[in-house]
Amino acid sequence: MRNRKLTPYVLVLPAWTWLALFFVVPIGGMLSLSLTTGNVITGFQQTFEVGNYADAIGTYWEQILRSLLYGGCATLVCIAIGYPMAYWIAFRGGAYKSTYLLLLLLPFFVSFVLRTISWRFFLSDNGVVLGAFKDLGLLPEGFAVLNTAPAVILGLAYNFLPFMVLPIYAVLERMDPHLVEAAHDLYSDRLRAFVHVILPVSLPGVFAGVLMTFIPTSADYVNASVLGGTHNTMIGNVIQTQYLVNNNYPIAASITFVLMGLLLIGIFSYARALGTERVMEVHTS
Amino acid sequence: MNNRSRAGIDPALLRGLTRARRSPLGLPGLTRRRTLQAGGAAAAALALSACGVGGQQRDPAADANFWEGKERTGNLRWANWPLYMDSERTQIQQFTEATGIEVEYKEDVQEAASFFGQIQPKLANEDDLGYDLIVLPNGFELAKLIELGYLIQLDHTQLPNFAEYAGEIYKNSTFDPGNRYTVPYASGITGIAYNPEFIDREITSIQDLWDPAFEGKVGMFSDPQEIANFGLLATGVTPADSTSADWEAAADKLREQRDSGIVRAYYDQDFIQPLTNGDLWITMAWSGDIYQQNSEEGTNLKFVIPEEGATLWTDNLMIPYTTQAPVDAIELMNFLYEPEIATGLAEYISYIPPVPYAQEVMLEWAEAEGDNERGDALREMAESPLVFPTEENYQNLHNFVVLPTEEQDGFSSLFQAVTQS
Repeated sequence: MRNRKLTPYVLVLPAWTWLALFFVVPIGGMLSLSLTTGNVITGFQQTFEVGNYADAIGTYWEQILRSLLYGGCATLVCIAIGYPMAYWIAFRGGAYKSTYLLLLLLPFFVSFVLRTISWRFFLSDNGVVLGAFKDLGLLPEGFAVLNTAPAVILGLAYNFLPFMVLPIYAVLERMDPHLVEAAHDLYSDRLRAFVHVILPVSLPGVFAGVLMTFIPTSADYVNASVLGGTHNTMIGNVIQTQYLVNNNYPIAASITFVLMGLLLIGIFSYARALGTERVMEVHTS
Repeated sequence: MNNRSRAGIDPALLRGLTRARRSPLGLPGLTRRRTLQAGGAAAAALALSACGVGGQQRDPAADANFWEGKERTGNLRWANWPLYMDSERTQIQQFTEATGIEVEYKEDVQEAASFFGQIQPKLANEDDLGYDLIVLPNGFELAKLIELGYLIQLDHTQLPNFAEYAGEIYKNSTFDPGNRYTVPYASGITGIAYNPEFIDREITSIQDLWDPAFEGKVGMFSDPQEIANFGLLATGVTPADSTSADWEAAADKLREQRDSGIVRAYYDQDFIQPLTNGDLWITMAWSGDIYQQNSEEGTNLKFVIPEEGATLWTDNLMIPYTTQAPVDAIELMNFLYEPEIATGLAEYISYIPPVPYAQEVMLEWAEAEGDNERGDALREMAESPLVFPTEENYQNLHNFVVLPTEEQDGFSSLFQAVTQS
């Protein structure tokens, strides 16, 4: 009897240990670091310097807002491309569903950095795409995409697309097709069936997809450093520089917490606005 | 301005992907300084979280009699940059043959700043780094290592080759006067490179980087010290003599260049590819990278030392105080200054050897080879001012700004505000 009661705790122990060791401890360390003052030469003293946060926000508010903006745009691009993709694979994929999913994931067997660098060739001023358009006279000679904000956003969207497609696909794939048939029986046309039946059912997938793309894209630094130009710096780049180039650990840590806080606020208000629980009800009923 | 380079895929990439690596630097993009930053960053982050952050300064006086009674161990661990020696490790083989010392060579230095972030906590804890000898450029990291007392003072009685063969300019550096802690491994010039396919006039001045005709086609370096040097030269100030008012003015000048849309982006080391395919027409550049690109890929990129001057940087050999094999390390330092060895190294890496005599040796080798491919390459290299700058070139090469460590952070922030906009 006793043993049986303990079993679930024993089973969950590895997960808790993992979280404690690799999440709680580092976060705690980081939090204490964000409240220190000093430099590498003199060491960092725990002074509970809250001013680090004011410094971080005051100096880098522009990069912070830009990161949220780029992350948001990339997420919207992911929805715009990913939703129809997931829809098509789930409803029209037929016997080849898993093949299409494999195709979707295939580029992601290549390293993240290399994938991003290959976009440089793709977006280059005289490259495959722009070069062709310029040869046809459809674009002015000086037109550039690489090293601009759209390049960074496209790169982000590309790199995180599967994280949007897969959750939406998972929801649509499990959906009972009779629901759509029932809608048609009740004289709804295809658009109304989509809006009133399919879309509500798929919203939890979209919600999960948004979480899985918005958070990492907002915090990313690779795309901005590889595809960005002037005035495209994201907050991830700043954190990276402060940690590794300037060894200014307190500022880096406090920016990290500011970003984390903003993302949490965003996510919670988003969850509220969307009313996920209601959406879940529709799904299960 | 013309479309010659408008190819779908860069031919250099195709060649690099398909052919055997006959030439050591055949794969474009893998220049010596190219790094997969993510790797270095991850390693440094791990080191950070594992060790906490200390900052104890060591008293270098503890090393007053450091060399007394130290003996050769027969094993040396050396951390260097990637592609900074051929893949056969010819010079190491020669060293082992000559001395019997086995060398464990690790291409672990990917980026000065992140490497510093990696070793600093260990040095503060007096832990063995796993390296007895490391290579770092003359930058803020080196200044910090010296100030923290983390480097061993060299015993110059054990460096006779350095005394005999090192060029005068390499014996009187501003960053380590008297070579107390370091000796140079190789040097390079930061100047201006441009692609004559797109620019059909002579480039002579740093002001050309501010020319509105090149709007959106100018590349600048993101490294705070490198870009500061160019901002200072553009405002007519010698970097080594600059004051904080000069830095402000230089930052303003650079900000103006950025905000008028002239700068395309700020690059750390990946400026070659955009320069060959026309995304950049003109950029700040390292001499050796341009030399390698031209000789390996047959491109015709131009490298100029502008009339205001360019900057000379040096990668240096140094021994961390936690070393297990100081004698072996200093023996290797000395060995690398043998002219034949220095010549062999320069032939592969295409950067400036600190041994000017290597030029003569290289010409002798070219003579011996005759008219074959290697002979031609050697001759061309020996005559290139990018690998063997002339007296006149050196007159026009500036040193980096040298700052006490407490001023470095402010300096870096000032110029990072320009590049990380």
